Amino acid sequence: MAQVTLNKIVKMYDETPAVRGIDLDIADKEFVVLVGPSGCGKSTTLRMIAGLEDITGGEIVIGGHVVNDVPPKDRDIAMVFQNYALYPHMTVFENMSFGLRLKRVARAEIQQRVENAARILDITELLSRKPKQLSGGQRQRVAMGRAIVRDPKVFLFDEPLSNLDAKLRVQMRTEIKKVHQKVRTTTVYVTHDQVEAMTLADRVVVMNGGLIEQVGTPNELYHHPRTRFVAGFIGSPAMNFIPCKLEQAAGALRILLPGGIAFAVPADRTARYRDHAGRADLLLGLRPEHITETHRNIDPGQQEFQVTLEVIEPMGMETMIYFQIDGVEVCGRVNPAAGAEAGQPMQLLADLNHMHLIDEKTGLML
Amino acid sequence: MVDTATRAGGLDGRPVHASQRSGLRRLMQRKSTIAFLLTLPLILIITTLVIYPAFYAVHLATLNKSMERFVGFGNFTFLFKREIFWDVVRQSCVFAITAVLFKALIGFFVAHFVHAIPAKGQRKWRGMLLVPWVIPPAMSTLAWFWLFDPSYSAINWLLVGMGIDPIPFLGNSNWARFSVILVNVWYGAPFFMIMYLAALKSVPEQLYEAAAIDGANWWQRLWYVTLPMMRNIISITVLFSLIVTFANFDIVRVLTAGGPIDKTHVFATYAFLLGIQGGDIPLGAAVSLFMVPILAVAAVIILRDITKRGNEA
Amino acid sequence: MTATATFDKGGPSRPVRHGSMSRDRTLALRWSYFFLILFVLFFLTPPIYMLITSLKTSGEIAGARNPWWVFDPTLLNYQTLLTSPEFLRFIWNSALVSVLVVAITMVVSVTAAFALSRMRFWGSATLATGIFLCYLIPETLLFIPLFKMFAVFNQLTDIQLLNKWYVLVIIYPTLTVPFCTWIMIGYFASIPKELDEAALIDGASYIQILTKVFIPVALPGIIAATIFAFTVSWAQFLYPLAFTTSSDQLVLPVGIITTLIKGDVYNWGQIMTGALITAAPPLIIYAFLMDYYIAGLTAGATKG
Repeated sequence: MAQVTLNKIVKMYDETPAVRGIDLDIADKEFVVLVGPSGCGKSTTLRMIAGLEDITGGEIVIGGHVVNDVPPKDRDIAMVFQNYALYPHMTVFENMSFGLRLKRVARAEIQQRVENAARILDITELLSRKPKQLSGGQRQRVAMGRAIVRDPKVFLFDEPLSNLDAKLRVQMRTEIKKVHQKVRTTTVYVTHDQVEAMTLADRVVVMNGGLIEQVGTPNELYHHPRTRFVAGFIGSPAMNFIPCKLEQAAGALRILLPGGIAFAVPADRTARYRDHAGRADLLLGLRPEHITETHRNIDPGQQEFQVTLEVIEPMGMETMIYFQIDGVEVCGRVNPAAGAEAGQPMQLLADLNHMHLIDEKTGLML
Repeated sequence: MVDTATRAGGLDGRPVHASQRSGLRRLMQRKSTIAFLLTLPLILIITTLVIYPAFYAVHLATLNKSMERFVGFGNFTFLFKREIFWDVVRQSCVFAITAVLFKALIGFFVAHFVHAIPAKGQRKWRGMLLVPWVIPPAMSTLAWFWLFDPSYSAINWLLVGMGIDPIPFLGNSNWARFSVILVNVWYGAPFFMIMYLAALKSVPEQLYEAAAIDGANWWQRLWYVTLPMMRNIISITVLFSLIVTFANFDIVRVLTAGGPIDKTHVFATYAFLLGIQGGDIPLGAAVSLFMVPILAVAAVIILRDITKRGNEA
Repeated sequence: MTATATFDKGGPSRPVRHGSMSRDRTLALRWSYFFLILFVLFFLTPPIYMLITSLKTSGEIAGARNPWWVFDPTLLNYQTLLTSPEFLRFIWNSALVSVLVVAITMVVSVTAAFALSRMRFWGSATLATGIFLCYLIPETLLFIPLFKMFAVFNQLTDIQLLNKWYVLVIIYPTLTVPFCTWIMIGYFASIPKELDEAALIDGASYIQILTKVFIPVALPGIIAATIFAFTVSWAQFLYPLAFTTSSDQLVLPVGIITTLIKGDVYNWGQIMTGALITAAPPLIIYAFLMDYYIAGLTAGATKG
């Protein structure tokens, strides 16, 4: 069984904390992505799992064994680095078999395992080449091949796609997902790109400032973020945050935006927000995909309002619109045929069924 | 593209009229002319003071002692018959190879240790370790000469204090050879250390991490990661040092002047003895010329190794 | 790897983490310091012993006491040498020759390096490799034909070259110019071409690009090359030994060895003092400009 458990993991560099207390349970065969901005501690956590960094506090358990003092080669893990870390003077075959050769595994078995991995990654014709003769995508596949050959309990990926161009990145993302489906090894994957996180993960761990903000499936994080940070981090373009007031008038709750726009709170949310009526320190969170052009059949949760557009960006399948509400830049997505024009007023629809209310000071969702 | 810029503006920036442009001015403004003029001093120095003398040496070696008659290979046949000449050949080669071997080993060894200690301290250790290379070799050899002095050697004082017999560092021919090599290594190892330290730092850290995960212990990391990445640097420094050590003059001259009984003479000191002190210029030239084929062979071997390997990083 | 002045900031700032954990690492660290101390002792013993000896009187040296300690320190040796007109003449000659050679070297190599690295012209590539090959022709091959050439020159033109200090100013550049040019080519090559193009658009001529753009930007390389040229000139032994004999034409290294070591009586106190004084300028430059020193070395070799 290849579960990975992190218990109260802390990492200090001299006096500076890089990781401040992480608890995480990763199930066997699960694909978990650690995502977050630069400096949030995700790479450090990964390297502690690998054994490349000392653990200042807490325990890491791999496959039932506490591995705090175990050197990397005995942890039964394999790692794919951002810069591939291929041995430049060895052929692809030698690169992939290096670990096995050090363990003095029989040549026949080495041959079989390398060819097997090469088949999975479709690099069989590259086996006798040297890294400098390969493209970026091919090198990345060789790095993955090296990991697969080891047949470890856990795969560790450290931002493996950051060095590839955009198109190649999309391709390789799919490759990685296919490989995971075939090989079914527990995987911990680190990236700063939330799109990678959403598309690859079984579960996503959003990290910020050395702590975990939220753990959940991609859908959970998208629809039910628990903090402002997670809400703003997941989803592209980012969620809009507009300062607002929550009012109670005649038994119904209303959200007042600066500049005069008012929305009625949908019925199913009233119970949740009732206790906070009268507060003026709130943010209304609404994703751009929930600000669209108006149409005929709208339900009570969807409400119309009008603004003057500043900038429009035609993207082909949709048009992004940008406007301001009392100095706050807001983004929406409309149908390209809806007639959006820069500088012109437009009637828009806000789908408040998907609204979020956030406490401005604490950043927590109400 | 660049020529139009200079032609349109002229050297002082003012527009140039057709009537002002003479053939000479146009010549002066062309990029290739300026470039040639800039490199002219370099070319002159090298041609007159390096290349010409080298060929002149060949001519000189074919003359007799008073430089009036052409004797062809006469000087060389004379040398080949003398045992001392073959001693010189043997001694020069043995000194060079042994000294370079130890310099490379020690340099590599010490570079590793400097690399292993925390970054803040590295600078001052590195500073102390490079000192032998900074001091003029003739002067530091004088210090060794004094340390090896037959009557007053400070080293022997220590040995005697420990109950060991004093060593005739400069009096016994085998010990004298040892001393020459020792001073050579003392002087040259820091250079290797600095080069190797720079090379060690250029090996990407991630390669070591990948090797650690693959299960390599320290000497496997050395053999499979460090050495292959450093191969080019090692070859270049060894070549450079072989040439310099092989042609060394200062150390032998000051330490032993070639003695005792000519057992530590190298090409340079022997040529000096015959050519300048003995006044037989052609013979001296012949001795120095004999270095050339040996150097050329070494250079070809090592350069071929470098280009064959190409750039693998 | 381009040869910009890479001032070494040391290894990774996090502790080195090859494989295992803390206990292995402290042991490795202890061994490192142990060997480093051993080698530092080996490398620093001769200069330290030079210093110790220079502070002793002849009497103490001749006596049979512990040679590693100074029992009656004295500055007499320093006094004697630094007031001796002959010795002062050596210092003057060395300084004059070195400064002139450095000036010549820098002018020749900077201009040549600029042309070779920036201006593609017929033969520039062969010239650059030719410079490298120059180093395969050692001075110990050239000193004899040069000796004869100078004698012949004297016969033809009546200008005395042999036994004159200025012959060294002519000869030393052959030792310094190739390597300095090579260093400068490396530094110049690492300056982005866009800088020249911007200057060209601004209306600069090639000479102006050299003086107003390249030299300021490549200053660390220039300093490194200057230090190299100085050190080589100052320490030269073979050429001055071969070409200068009269006491008033000698430079320091030759002066000390030929005049202080007279006959059978060696005044070791004075000799070591002289040696230390000779070693002082390079050491002082090294102490203050160590990074430039090392940058020059590594730049030259790692580029090859």
